[in-house]
Amino acid sequence: MNRLLPIALVVVTLVLIVLAWIQSGGVERREMQSANAPEQAVHLMFSQVKSHNYDAAYARLANRGDVDKNTFIREFEGSYGSLLTYSSLESVDVSPLHTGDQESSVRVRLHYSTAVGPLDDVRDLKVEKSGDAWKVFWPVNNATKLPPQVIAVNYLRWDVIGRGAGDDWGVQNADTPQVRILSMNAIQRPDSVVLVGEVVNEDSVPAFVNVGATLLDAQDNEIAQESSFDKIAHNLLPKQVSPYRIDFPGMRLEKIKNVRMDAKALLVAASADPVIEVNQQNLETDPLGKKVLTGRLTNESGQVVDIPHVIAAYYDANGKVIWVSDGYVAQPLLPQVAVPFAVDLPPDIAKNVHSYHVVVNHFERVSS
Amino acid sequence: MLSVALSASASEIHAPAQITAGNAITIQTSGSGDATFYLIGPAIASKSKVQAGSNIPVDSDQLEHAGRYVAVLCASDGCTATNFSVNPAAANRLSFLVHPSRIPVGSAQGISAVAIVRDSFQNLVPKPEAVTFSVMAKDEKPVSAARTSESAVAWVRLTSAKKEGPTKLGASIGHADEIRVVQQVAADACNLRIKASRDKRGFLIETDPVHDCSGNPVPDGTVVSFTESDDVGKTTVDVPIKRGVAKVEMPIAGRAKITVASGVVTGNELEVAGGQ
Repeated sequence: MNRLLPIALVVVTLVLIVLAWIQSGGVERREMQSANAPEQAVHLMFSQVKSHNYDAAYARLANRGDVDKNTFIREFEGSYGSLLTYSSLESVDVSPLHTGDQESSVRVRLHYSTAVGPLDDVRDLKVEKSGDAWKVFWPVNNATKLPPQVIAVNYLRWDVIGRGAGDDWGVQNADTPQVRILSMNAIQRPDSVVLVGEVVNEDSVPAFVNVGATLLDAQDNEIAQESSFDKIAHNLLPKQVSPYRIDFPGMRLEKIKNVRMDAKALLVAASADPVIEVNQQNLETDPLGKKVLTGRLTNESGQVVDIPHVIAAYYDANGKVIWVSDGYVAQPLLPQVAVPFAVDLPPDIAKNVHSYHVVVNHFERVSS
Repeated sequence: MLSVALSASASEIHAPAQITAGNAITIQTSGSGDATFYLIGPAIASKSKVQAGSNIPVDSDQLEHAGRYVAVLCASDGCTATNFSVNPAAANRLSFLVHPSRIPVGSAQGISAVAIVRDSFQNLVPKPEAVTFSVMAKDEKPVSAARTSESAVAWVRLTSAKKEGPTKLGASIGHADEIRVVQQVAADACNLRIKASRDKRGFLIETDPVHDCSGNPVPDGTVVSFTESDDVGKTTVDVPIKRGVAKVEMPIAGRAKITVASGVVTGNELEVAGGQ
């Protein structure tokens, strides 16, 4: 009994010491010290981003003085209803590029889960040694911001008044727009059959277009049916051309005797605004060795485009569409501010690409 | 079948030979005593208590639908029936179907105008009737022509005018005068041409006023695609026509080639460099 009291006092004292250490930031200091390798520092920072512990993640930056904390948070949380506002960081792959005593560089591949499917973001980051720990040098976002101003927009808008429920039979309605499939090319890929081509709105009014395809076998039996889903610019203004792509997973070309194409169009209210310029388009190889079409999107109007969606058609030397690829852009398009994009294409197809055509679809968050 | 089943009865019932839709009639009966009268038609089935041997009035609103009717009288000595037909009244209404509501100018036989002849009660009028079709183009004298209906249908096919704008198509018969509007729109762009001039961002690329091959202005909102290739890469912009022209500002590095297209129509090609 006489021994128990000193032992209990020692245990209580130790617990109090541990609590005091935690309270004074000891855990954080320990973690900082545990970042004793560049990759580990980056891993730790992104694990804190993943758990939305932005204070801790921001504390791991080597250049906090140059990086605004809110801007840093917006890099992951998104802004203006962009795709990142409907996403979460799922996982992070870190691989070393260069390792030095005081400075290293790493390649980070961020895998987001978004409302429209997975999204990958690849960044090369510099990591600096600061004392015993490594810290991440976050690239400063020098994007220009348009000063406050009024941008006059006087593009057309089309509204539709349809036939009313009380109208007599035979009272004229506004016809659905005339659309036409300009081309269709069936391609065998390792795991699927892919139909690619282009569709044009031939009418003088806007159209909501969707392209569907039915595969028929030698006996004219339907063997599969799919639609272009989001691999098309659905809203087409008069005379606008959109690429489309329809995937048939697990299908073989030799099973198909015929393809029945179906372009459906609806008359919809639409606006000719915003106009999005696609410039500096180039076919190149990205740091991961993939063939990509890169470029920059510039929103020419005064309205923020929340989620830009790039769809590209690739042509061979005969002008035939040989592939269509698409990609969502994580950042919103602010007026007059260029945003980079990249969409990939299979390397075996890239070598036959002679020219390409890019259209930009856009989605806006509707406030209720 | 109903009339066959009831033909063995003793009482008699007689309906007028010719009946026109919307006219009241009187059905004569023979016999005596309380009876039940049934009237069955294309859109009616009624039952009423009557006296056998009296004249049974049938209101006009019970005979608005053309077609075959059966009148049945059931008295104490059994049931008797008669069949009669109600013919459509005089042609007085039209269902006028015009397709399409928009058409490019100069489309041969591209407009279909179909008039379905009806009487005041929406019955089809199968006997031949003269339907007058008219075309009232903007700033032009109306033109009309008559067509005789066949099985209640009269139609014409028309070629759209060379000049864009709305045109009214009319069809008339009796008191009916129906009007539809067909929007004649410019056809595809023709002789699409662009020019370039320097501006603060690089070059201002602008089309000449965009017209079709008949000289009609292509409507505002029609998309014109500009493509520019220079040392930095390729730039494409889909620009809607505004006030007759489409224009875009493009930053250009070094020598550049600029092309233009609208739908499947391509225009001229420009080569620009530096301050040219």
